[in-house]
Amino acid sequence: MINAREEILSKIKAGLDPLQSRARREKSVETRLSNPSKHVIPKRAQLDRAKRILLFQQMAEEVAATTSRVSSLNELPETIIEYLNRHNLPSHIKTDTNPLLNRVDWAKHPTLEVKYGKAEDCDQNSVTVAFAGVAETGTAVLTSGPNNPTTLNFLPENHIIILPVSRLFGTYEETWARLRAEMGEIEKTFPRTVNWITGPSRTGDIEQTIQLGIHGPKRLHVILVEGNDEETG
Amino acid sequence: MPPPLEKERIKQMQVTSSSFKENTRDALSNPTLQNSLKRLHTGFVSSRSRAAARMPEFELLRDQARDIKDHVLAHLDVYLEKFELQCQAHGGHVHWCRDENHAKDVVLDICQKANAKTVTKGKSMIGEEIAINDHLEANGIEPIETDLGEYIIQLRNEPPSHIIAPAIHVSKEQVADVFRLTHSDLDPARNLDEPDNILAEARAMLRNRYMEADVGITGANFLVAETGSSIIVTNEGNGDLTQTLPRVHIVLASIEKIVPTLLDATALLRVLARSATGQEMSSYTTFSTGPKRDTDVDGPSEYHVILLDNGRSDLLDSEFKEMLRCIRCGACLNHCPVYGAIGGHAYGWVYPGPMGSVLSPGLIGLQNTKHLPQASTLCGKCEEVCPVRIPLPLLLRNWRFLIYDRGLTDRKLTFGLSIWAYLAKRPMLYHLVVRWLIRVLALGARKKGRYKYLPGLKAWTQTRDFPAPQGKTFMQQWR
Repeated sequence: MINAREEILSKIKAGLDPLQSRARREKSVETRLSNPSKHVIPKRAQLDRAKRILLFQQMAEEVAATTSRVSSLNELPETIIEYLNRHNLPSHIKTDTNPLLNRVDWAKHPTLEVKYGKAEDCDQNSVTVAFAGVAETGTAVLTSGPNNPTTLNFLPENHIIILPVSRLFGTYEETWARLRAEMGEIEKTFPRTVNWITGPSRTGDIEQTIQLGIHGPKRLHVILVEGNDEETG
Repeated sequence: MPPPLEKERIKQMQVTSSSFKENTRDALSNPTLQNSLKRLHTGFVSSRSRAAARMPEFELLRDQARDIKDHVLAHLDVYLEKFELQCQAHGGHVHWCRDENHAKDVVLDICQKANAKTVTKGKSMIGEEIAINDHLEANGIEPIETDLGEYIIQLRNEPPSHIIAPAIHVSKEQVADVFRLTHSDLDPARNLDEPDNILAEARAMLRNRYMEADVGITGANFLVAETGSSIIVTNEGNGDLTQTLPRVHIVLASIEKIVPTLLDATALLRVLARSATGQEMSSYTTFSTGPKRDTDVDGPSEYHVILLDNGRSDLLDSEFKEMLRCIRCGACLNHCPVYGAIGGHAYGWVYPGPMGSVLSPGLIGLQNTKHLPQASTLCGKCEEVCPVRIPLPLLLRNWRFLIYDRGLTDRKLTFGLSIWAYLAKRPMLYHLVVRWLIRVLALGARKKGRYKYLPGLKAWTQTRDFPAPQGKTFMQQWR
């Protein structure tokens, strides 16, 4: 008995256009993969920096996320403490070990307990650094890696995303380009997980009424950090 | 008190499409279902139209989505091999499965090798297609659905009734009832009147299950050939917890899910959520590639992708090929007047609505499903909203031709039509018969002017009176 792989592939081949030989198909796939076709890019997202920030905030808030802006990394602890207080949340966070956050002087704020690593069931608040943001739909892009556990994005009830404005793009396409630029040959270095996060967890499964926080975070807050690439990128 | 659950039990995956007519009658006389279906229009339908209107490029995006899928289908063998290569390069395993039974055994084998006791599951239509839950259960492994809708119907022991909103037919009260019945160690007097309470209970119950599961099974909205990645699109975050926490991640996918590049996937994602729920983008879109890397701090140690054929390669070489473009958004269900009247269960198998009426005969045979292609008014709304422009009415008509060719047509119908055709081809005789018939019918109705019962027209007179003809025939008056 031939194996399933060969069986399926030969059935597929038998069903394809007989005028397109295998060699021609391979060539056309190679071309497509090496020069990905240019797709329609919505005009909505082709904006200057200031408008891009506003669109991101508007779109994120439309899907029940909240946003705030700070002018430097040093303002992060206060902003986070203030956010936790406002929602009556305990003053501790679990955060990733993204080098960006190394520059934050957490010690100045002893009331805020900071722990590092992957999320545990008991962690209520997480803080993670986004790889990029997409203004088009208010989406944050997060990538997994040695410093970025994926569980922090999903287990805790309250998720705070740090998004450097220098990494806020108009479209998803620009974030892929940035990932390629940073990771080199993406075929080899592609992260285990890329998460696009657009608002908190939601469900409409009970009588089609939208409710927040079914399995993932109930609250999502995005802090946009100003500054140039040197400081925040 | 809840209605007795036993009565509503439908064995998962059993094909009941052949009793479509009976199913329809039950659906139409089920007030809870009818109530739920009313919400379709105010929910999904209006959201989709808002989302489409907000995106001026939407029609172009749909053309592009269609073209991407057509390109993939024309090069499917090469893309599948490319995907396999890339997936393996990242440490993933690819399993080619020719049919339902093959796929079930492969999944079970992976679970058994992992010594799995419990398996969490994200929503997967392929999971329904191969009835994986029954198979795991029969072999002593407990599957736990984690999507809220899927969890509810798993507790109710029902199949899904919608491809993106599986529990759309269930009322809030019915959810509360089944929660009380199943979560029996909780306080029986607790309040489950509000959706908030139900939500909190589901969240709490499923938390532990995520943490203790040995294997997580998800579906895949797309597979990316360029990177060997699988993509899931969810709103709840259950799929992500399912695939991140356990030691083994299994992706259930079918062969037509492939897209060439991340950019192609991105282009398709722009039409998926807008067509499905009318969202600009779903809450969570996740690209997964291989198991966790050596330096990663979390994620599964094993990553398996099931590539299921189950009849799809046959469709590739048929007049139903365009059906393989489907991205399972559910827009055709939401907009279909027939689905809107009878819901998903009446269709009798995994895929309901217009897409199901085209796909199911292709996957499980026309014999069992011959009523489905007839269950359409061919109003064309499904094609109008399909993000990949599948000509669903045309494909439904193609099935109808085959039903006729294979002699599967309802005999009574053929007999009736052949009498009509005989008369219609003979105008003199036709006029004579019609003149006689309306006179008899008018006399028979006496002064009431209507019939409560007419032999041979039971389907009509069951739900409404048949008006008796009055005066003369059209031809008599016209002359």
